Amino acid sequence: MTKEETSFERDDMQIDGHDTERLQVGKIPGGFCAEHLKVYYGKLFPYADMYRWLSYGNDGKHPACDHSYFARREISYTFENDIFMRYQSFNNASDMENSIRDKCPLKIDIGPVYSVEPSKRHAYAQSGNNVFVPVERELIFDIDMSDYDDVRYCCSGADVCLDCWPLMTVAIKVLDTALRDDFGFNHILWVYSGRRGVHCWVCDGRARRLSNEQRSSIADYFRVYKGGENNVKRVNLTGQVLHPFLARSYTNVLKGFFEEKLLTVQNLFAYEERSQKVLEIIPDESIASELHDRWQGNRRSSISKEDVNVVRWEQLKHVLQSGKQKGLRRCVEEIVFTYTYPRLDVEVSKHMNHLLKAPFCVHPKTGRVCVPIDPSDCDNFDPTTAPTLSELLEELNNSMRSESEEEWERTSLGKSIKFFRSSFLSPLLKSCKEEMENLYNSKAKQSKNALDW
Amino acid sequence: MEIVRSQRKVADAAAPPGLSLYRSAPAVEVRLEDFELYSIHRLRVLQGISDGLSRGKKPEEMEKLVKELWRTHMRHQDPSEDMNKDIISHFVLRLVYCRTEELRKWFLSMETALFRYRFRLESPESQRTLMSEFQLPYKSISHAEFEAVKDKLNQVARSTGQLSNALISINLCYMQAPFEEVPDLVANRRVFLLKGFAYVAMTQVVSLVSTHFRSIVSKALVLTNRKWTSTIRDKEKNRLTPIVEALSTSYLGPDYSQPKDFSEISLKDIDRLANSSFPLCMRHLFDKLRENHHLKHGGRMQLGLFLKGVGLRLEDALLFWKSEFSQKVGPEKFDKEYAYSIRHNYGKEGKRTDYTPYSCQKIISSTPSVGDHHGCPYRHFSEENLRAALGKMGVGGRSVDDILDKVRNRHYQIACTLTFEAIHAASCDTGINHPNQYFDASQKILQNKSQTTS
Ligand code: SF4
Ligand SMILES: [Zn+2]
Repeated sequence: MTKEETSFERDDMQIDGHDTERLQVGKIPGGFCAEHLKVYYGKLFPYADMYRWLSYGNDGKHPACDHSYFARREISYTFENDIFMRYQSFNNASDMENSIRDKCPLKIDIGPVYSVEPSKRHAYAQSGNNVFVPVERELIFDIDMSDYDDVRYCCSGADVCLDCWPLMTVAIKVLDTALRDDFGFNHILWVYSGRRGVHCWVCDGRARRLSNEQRSSIADYFRVYKGGENNVKRVNLTGQVLHPFLARSYTNVLKGFFEEKLLTVQNLFAYEERSQKVLEIIPDESIASELHDRWQGNRRSSISKEDVNVVRWEQLKHVLQSGKQKGLRRCVEEIVFTYTYPRLDVEVSKHMNHLLKAPFCVHPKTGRVCVPIDPSDCDNFDPTTAPTLSELLEELNNSMRSESEEEWERTSLGKSIKFFRSSFLSPLLKSCKEEMENLYNSKAKQSKNALDW
Repeated sequence: MEIVRSQRKVADAAAPPGLSLYRSAPAVEVRLEDFELYSIHRLRVLQGISDGLSRGKKPEEMEKLVKELWRTHMRHQDPSEDMNKDIISHFVLRLVYCRTEELRKWFLSMETALFRYRFRLESPESQRTLMSEFQLPYKSISHAEFEAVKDKLNQVARSTGQLSNALISINLCYMQAPFEEVPDLVANRRVFLLKGFAYVAMTQVVSLVSTHFRSIVSKALVLTNRKWTSTIRDKEKNRLTPIVEALSTSYLGPDYSQPKDFSEISLKDIDRLANSSFPLCMRHLFDKLRENHHLKHGGRMQLGLFLKGVGLRLEDALLFWKSEFSQKVGPEKFDKEYAYSIRHNYGKEGKRTDYTPYSCQKIISSTPSVGDHHGCPYRHFSEENLRAALGKMGVGGRSVDDILDKVRNRHYQIACTLTFEAIHAASCDTGINHPNQYFDASQKILQNKSQTTS
């Protein structure tokens, strides 16, 4: 793929990606408007924290610091009517702050770290040689509720409610555990996308240095869905047993969630067309039609008080699990995976040069701030109570600032920023420092050896 | 490596047969004819591998294929010459394929695949020798380590359909490597991962070795490129350069990036042509576009570039897409957001690079997800949907069973070839490997028919 092509795809991706709806302000009951956004960028947006994060320790005094690191990061802006400004880059926190305050973008995206400053890429291009290439990038994941439309009946498209949101919680749990336990990553930031999904940033040095091929391999490790719109049976689990990762996800997260929540909350068996959808996953047509007929007869007339979904699910399991065929027994798991396993937009994870919306942006449609989510407490995250721009401004207006305080401390954003600092940023910076120290020492040793020799 | 004109090469000291890591160019003289001939032979092998991979052959089938290809093309009458031929041809092709990113990528993938399957064919002893040549920095896991993860290793082995009981006895044959080094095993969930380490079974070390092979060749290609541009190209401008330049294009297959001028098509014919001459992948996109007045990015690229290759001029392409998209998103949004990418496809926007229509291989290996319609129907449709789609194209009866049979064996392009043959009642000996080739071949047949009838 040529450089130009990829950069074009990124342009296009923003158009086509998850925020398909046009960014337009002024339609929010809460009164989202450019003026409010100005105040937000003026008083609340945590520039210093963002800068320290994206510097990864290179803003210090250590001799191993790479002072050009932050400046080589692409930041991009989106304005009303989807006008983009790509390839912004800044030397330091205050440059970034001034630019954002001045331009007041509706959306800020973070791109990769390039070989040279993105804003000066043309100047470098003059010198021949294809020097403008991405060299580092967090490993990112993007999960969007609109990809779950065929398994939720409460909402569709851009909407979410507390009935379907737990699908996101499940995705966080499955991925977070695997990223830590299987891949050994430690510095993982989960962020609410402001509307109907979550973003994940894996920030370990090792993750940032992955090649595209390695990124793809991780994305594929997580992938159980095959085929696009034209394939009914999307999950296909083969082999005598499940891979430990899938088995763990199934027993620790998916199964319980499916049986205890999703099944009844989404009424998966209470209506014919819904149960038909489940039955379509069963490869053996005679079994599927047998169940179908059985449920036809006693529509909800069941004598017991038990929930019809639970009853039918148990019946289905019983029929499948008592069958002799291996494939059918696996089918129970396939159904659970189909309905609950995280649906990733894998293309986002596979390439270094995809953009992803920065944390602490305000979603222009909902007015909600993209706040971090604590993966160890994700069950308690409620997207419908994430701070909104108008609430924050009200909180600012209604309280007095004491000298020692930062503005955000008086608002409900304070909790999020504190969490960002204590749970993500400071452990991250600590390990960056260690890594830098080690690198420096080993280099020093090497050059000393070289001298001896 | 010295290249000389037509004289016997100076015999090299007997080199041990087997696999080379191509660390350095051989210190032998090469006749100019051999220079060219050897590399053509090797190219046949690489091309064969490329075809095999794009047909979705399974590892075992690939192994057989590579063995066969190697035997037919790379064996020399004089066995002691085999190794030389191997090394010389590799180094010549490095020169040929070092010159652009695209070429490097192709060469690297094919050489790595070749190495991989040749490695699998080696005896365990020589595999071990090669491993030590690589100086791979991994050690086998200890007994205690093994005990700790034994169950998981078992589970992985069984999940991938390998035998389970034999595990205990070969317990020391696992190596711990950073997961980054075995991307193929990770992608297919064929290893157990723990805290960033992959537990690689001895039978899987080929992955580790290939990764290292790949990185050696990859670095070498960049160096070769530098040398090529800085010195070799000019120094050899009368001798090697023409050969090298000819080699790289003659075997990449036809170039569909520029429509041939005689084959320009006009907008009013497009529905007729879609019916008669589009391969299924494009038919499907075309129909979906007419139906939904929208296609996602992957679909727009796949169909858009195809239409360009077919000869739809930019102005017509804009009209065509606009007439559909504006029904859904309105003309303004189209102009603002989508027109750009269409002009871009034609190299009229951005850096004006021209995009090449996708080959079957590229389409087959794409990964459409929910809501996408691009990809190759033979690969990405369920059987029912494919059956229905074939019916719509007018393919029925025995042919459908034959086609589905190929699909089940993952021979997608052959399935497409059979479809072509069924529709056109004519054979297609070369097989389908590019949607634009499908179109061209179809048009040729139809034009011949209309000539003979009129
Ligand atoms: S084999 Fe090639 S031409 Fe045929 S449908 Fe698939 S991608 Fe299209
Ligand atoms: Zn809902």
